[in-house]
Amino acid sequence: MQQMMLLVEPLIPALRRYAAALTRDRSDADDLVQDTLELVIARWHQRRDDGSVRSWLFAILHNLAMSRLRQSHRRGGAHLPLDDVDEASLAVPPHQEAGPQRHDLLRALDALPEEQRSVLLLVTVEGLSYAETAEVLGVPNGTVMSRLSRARDRMIQLMDGEAATRRPVLRRLK
Amino acid sequence: MNERLISENDLQAFVDDRLGPDSRAEVEAYLAEDAQAGTRVARLRALRDDLRGAFAPIAAEPVPPQLDLARLVAARRRPRVSAWQGLAAALLLTVGGLGGWIARAALPNGSGGISVLAQEAKTNYVVYAPDRSRPIELAATDRDEITRWFSARLKRPVAVPDLSAAGYHLLGGRLVATDHGPAGMLMYDDAQGTRVVMLIRSFGEGGDVPMVEHIYGSIAGCAWARKGLGYSLVAAADPEVLQPLVREIRRREAADAHG
Repeated sequence: MQQMMLLVEPLIPALRRYAAALTRDRSDADDLVQDTLELVIARWHQRRDDGSVRSWLFAILHNLAMSRLRQSHRRGGAHLPLDDVDEASLAVPPHQEAGPQRHDLLRALDALPEEQRSVLLLVTVEGLSYAETAEVLGVPNGTVMSRLSRARDRMIQLMDGEAATRRPVLRRLK
Repeated sequence: MNERLISENDLQAFVDDRLGPDSRAEVEAYLAEDAQAGTRVARLRALRDDLRGAFAPIAAEPVPPQLDLARLVAARRRPRVSAWQGLAAALLLTVGGLGGWIARAALPNGSGGISVLAQEAKTNYVVYAPDRSRPIELAATDRDEITRWFSARLKRPVAVPDLSAAGYHLLGGRLVATDHGPAGMLMYDDAQGTRVVMLIRSFGEGGDVPMVEHIYGSIAGCAWARKGLGYSLVAAADPEVLQPLVREIRRREAADAHG
């Protein structure tokens, strides 16, 4: 368990970041991380010794997040359009100069299909290797690569679209 | 002019800086020639940086207390505290009532009595057991050195008890100060990372004292003295933690007494 402290504790900030990016709600994100850590503590001795601890942790978090997302979809809640969300609950702190570009970026991210968003976040934000990402999501490497490519092109498309429709409005507000 | 076709996977790996130098050079050459691909890849790299930048502040924040791993481990044990209270009640009966419990603990002598020893052990447990970076000074691999160090400072042979039969393995130890001179502090943990502390110091003219249990709020311990040395074992007040240890020490004491 000493070993668990050493291996797991340094990854908690990254787990919080991934959870926040997935849920886009800071308090949901921390609840998700807490549930993840409780599972990790309970299952530490069942994990495969040869696997990457990081993939294992992200996989637990990811699976919890997905089952929760499905539940809330079934209840008809979840995923509010970004404009309706209280500023304080956004994943990115408001003091981070959330300019129009940042806004477009997050809107585009939210508009991605779930499977593409996870791959994009795990690879670019969390810096997981393609193999680790495949392990977290339980899909072949090739699937990771194709989702990654589609996610990126879709983001650019969405952001270009957002920019075209949003920027004049924002300028007029000044 | 490219020696091989540049695949979409190569481009993605280029965006993520995950190509070896040779492949990277190939992709760079390709992008220099194909303006459209060059523009796309430049945008994808900017997107990568923007995404990282957007979420980076979250990982730089201090982790909130609700996500403190040590606390979560401890919280898993908390519901069983009431079971400990049951054990404490049972112990009271065996010790012969609360009066006997306290009276035995308060015997005055040069060593400060067994309760003072227990108090010292508790103080050290509180300071060192939660320490994640350096709870001990010498690791278990230096068991011999620990034995030499403690024996030299306590001026008599000190053995490092083996508690593995109770599921506890030595993490290591350090010398600590008490009002009654130097004490050797040993730390053990089990497979769940539960830490227990054993304090050993000279017990002066206190004589042999049979094992006495102590409870300080959420921390429990037992202390005893034998052949001029006082021992105190401290753990979180959870019978699941302490009971196997108490059994193991009792077994050992009985074996000592007979042997």
